[in-house]
Amino acid sequence: MSFDDISVLLLWTAIAIYTLGFLAFTVDLARRSELAIKAQDAKARTLVAAGGGGQTIDEIHAEEAAAKVALEAAPSKRGRYLFARLGVVLTTIGFLFHVGADVTRGIAAGRVPWSNNYEFALTGTMLVVMVFLTVLVKYDLRFLGAFINGLIVILLGGAALAYYVEVVPLSDPLKSVWLVIHVFVASLASAFFALAFALSIVQLLQSRRERIALAAVGSDAAPRTRLPFLRTLPSAEVLESLAYRFAIIGFVLWTFTLIAGAIWANDAWGRYWGFDTKEVWTFVIWVVYAGYIHARATRGWRGTRSAWLSIVGFTAVLFNFTIVNQFFQGLHSYSGLPS
Amino acid sequence: MVSRPSSDRSGATAVDGPLRPSDHLDKTGERGAADDGSPAQPVLGVVGWLRWGWRQLTSMRTALVLLLLLAIAAIPGSLVPQRSADPNGVTQWRATNPDLYPTFETLQLFDVYSSVWFSAIYILLFISLIGCVLPRTKHHWKALRARPPRTPARLSRLDDHVESRVAVPEGEDAAGHAAHAVDLAEAQLRSARYRVERYDRNGVASVSAERGYLRETGNLIFHGALVGVLLSVGIGGGFTYTGQTVITEGDGFVNSLGLGYTSFNPGRFVDTEALTPYSITLDRFDVTYAPPPSGQAGDFAAHVTTRFPGQKAEDQVIEVNHPITMAGDRVYLMGNGYAPTITVRNGAGDVVFSESVPFLPQSPTMTSSGVVKIPDTGGEQLGLVGFFYPTVATLQSGALTSAYGDLVDPRLTFFVYEGDLGIDNGDARSVYALDTDGMTEIAGRNADTPSLELSPGQTVQLPGGRGSVTFEDETKNGAPESVKRYVSLSIHNDSSAPWVLAFAILAMVGLFTALFVPRRRMWVKATPGGDAVTLEYAGLARGEDPAIAIAVADLAQRHGRALDDEPASAPGVPANVN
Ligand code: HEM
Repeated sequence: MSFDDISVLLLWTAIAIYTLGFLAFTVDLARRSELAIKAQDAKARTLVAAGGGGQTIDEIHAEEAAAKVALEAAPSKRGRYLFARLGVVLTTIGFLFHVGADVTRGIAAGRVPWSNNYEFALTGTMLVVMVFLTVLVKYDLRFLGAFINGLIVILLGGAALAYYVEVVPLSDPLKSVWLVIHVFVASLASAFFALAFALSIVQLLQSRRERIALAAVGSDAAPRTRLPFLRTLPSAEVLESLAYRFAIIGFVLWTFTLIAGAIWANDAWGRYWGFDTKEVWTFVIWVVYAGYIHARATRGWRGTRSAWLSIVGFTAVLFNFTIVNQFFQGLHSYSGLPS
Repeated sequence: MVSRPSSDRSGATAVDGPLRPSDHLDKTGERGAADDGSPAQPVLGVVGWLRWGWRQLTSMRTALVLLLLLAIAAIPGSLVPQRSADPNGVTQWRATNPDLYPTFETLQLFDVYSSVWFSAIYILLFISLIGCVLPRTKHHWKALRARPPRTPARLSRLDDHVESRVAVPEGEDAAGHAAHAVDLAEAQLRSARYRVERYDRNGVASVSAERGYLRETGNLIFHGALVGVLLSVGIGGGFTYTGQTVITEGDGFVNSLGLGYTSFNPGRFVDTEALTPYSITLDRFDVTYAPPPSGQAGDFAAHVTTRFPGQKAEDQVIEVNHPITMAGDRVYLMGNGYAPTITVRNGAGDVVFSESVPFLPQSPTMTSSGVVKIPDTGGEQLGLVGFFYPTVATLQSGALTSAYGDLVDPRLTFFVYEGDLGIDNGDARSVYALDTDGMTEIAGRNADTPSLELSPGQTVQLPGGRGSVTFEDETKNGAPESVKRYVSLSIHNDSSAPWVLAFAILAMVGLFTALFVPRRRMWVKATPGGDAVTLEYAGLARGEDPAIAIAVADLAQRHGRALDDEPASAPGVPANVN
């Protein structure tokens, strides 16, 4: 059995464990929903006599404050959601297998395991999980677990099926320290963008729920929410500023990626910038996130609109990595896939 | 969060907040209120309109819209081949879409990044940027000298606020102890790199502190450095030149316009007479091929001898990713191929042509094509269209191909034409193409004589006693291989590149400080009241600051501890009441 065979085996094991992690986190969200509904029902029952189903503004604020405290609680003081804890354990085990798959692929290739699409996917998703698990120490973002695990299973499974290539020697232009630095930092930036993306999506859901809840203040009917677990999550504003924090780390790393790429291009092709397709997309992504940062400071754009920009930004990252790498003509033909 | 009052509203005065575009959220005063469509504006004169337009252009919203437009406008250039990056792609595109081509051409879709519309967007963006940054710089310069703002009357209205009471020690009055506590806070804040200012009044002592001016400085440096990048690129383009040349093993190149280059593109301000006439000789070109089936070529290395006039020669190696530098020029290895040495004799046996001819690779296995033109044969002009196969193999159709990139079984084939080469009338003709109009095929598919086929060292006769063609075996001349190789080099001089890099790094540093240095205000207030002093700590974030609450709590804790540790009754601490 070669190292590459071992790598593939570890990879599929990791995917299987991530799938279990996804299930555990999904059950967790379902149970949170249940709790939230129960609480609402109990309240409705007591309120029937009093004649009011919606929350009062103070109740809403109390809920938000509690969620914010929960978000920032130290790991030992967090809500003891059984399935969320199971999810974290599974994600961590999946991650260890994932690291194993990445390292053995690197050993098989005798170089860093990020020099074709298959390997970019392998390492990039590994960094997403790494960043997620690291951030968990500081913030209780377990509510993102289902999303992150789901995303990873899709990307990793897709890459293993569609992008797998045997180890081949590097082509000359790739033999450079910049392969190690530029590509790694780009993947790390993408990992932060991924987390911001996940948070922005939850932010959008949350702000919709908040609008409905606010409208229901003082009315008779309890607001109907399709995803009741949202009530246990931080407010849209807290989610937004968290998303922003990850996005700006990603943005600084992406800026570095852009500069490092230009230095590399200057060594390899004799010009630092030539609007090659891959350069164009790196630039587009950079500008979109610059737009996102501006939007956060622009009246009328903070909140929902800026969240959309974060979503567009990460969509562009995925597009750049899949479609552009594979189908667009250019000097950066490093997907390793037959064209 | 639902309907939470903006923390900016409270307390802070507008005087020394960073001046931002009128619709910027972080502003403190309501300076921008008038811009938000205030209804009854007086009739605007020309100046009024200009001012209004300028304000619109330099607003945050316009910057945002222009940024998003820039992102969108950049995309078509990745979908449609660009003349600057891929001229052959444009030609091909035209051939496959002849109907759409004129429309695309009118819309400048083949030159997106120099198009009118793309330029308009980024020029407007940068005008907006400059119009935004200049006043902010001026204002920031003033803010750097201003005193931290007066302590707000009611600190408890701030979001991040901590309060505690301490008893006044024996033998001290409350006002003295309050002043002492604030002295201590002042020292602590100062050592935490805050700028501090005392505001004591009516026995109530307070210190106002501010830190993180670097945040705005970083922001201004970032935006300024972007302008630097743009200017360096724009101005630098005029001083840039790039040229291409082809050198066969054993041959050399001289850096001079008339002598060395196959193509040369100077910027507007380049003095083409002033090139340093250094020379580069290709001694040997190395390449390795992976064994079949991949056959991938790699480890390209051009071993060259370089020489400046009147100086000693130097041996250097040019590799992919490792250009060499000659007199400020960077010399890149861009391509390589085979240059079979061909000798042609006429019917009388005189040599009419003898050269190593670079053949252009057509496939990864180095099937290559080339052309030989012989104007002076003593008779009719001759043109040869050739294919070269480093490792010859026969396809099922009977056609030849190359199975491998290295020289295992080299073979050279020629179609031969006789007639007018069309080079006498002075038109520039590609050395890689032969125009066979007005020529007769004398050997090849459409002639009585089949195409010529040669191995190294072999000579074949041309039909009709026109002479002979020899494929020279270079090992006979002491070369390591039977066929010479050539390299194509690209020579670039871009004196603006270091500037671009410097500004880019500056932008990155500015960005880092702009995003991660917290800018905040802190206040500590001590209010004497009977036998106790009420201590209040409050903070106000200026811009994004996730740690403000922790910072306030920390300050309260550290200050409380210091107060406990150091009883104020210690002699020699004068009550500092202004
Ligand atoms: C080439 C165009 C531009 C790019 C790429 C760009 C990029 C950025 C980035 C990355 C940031 C975040 C870092 C920081 O706070 O310094 C930022 C912030 C900022 N930019 Fe720009 N910018 C551009 C043009 C402009 C223009 C034209 C304006 C003025 C209208 C402007 C005003 C601002 C302001 C006020 C901030 C601070 C935002 C905050 O406080 O969060 N920028 N810009």
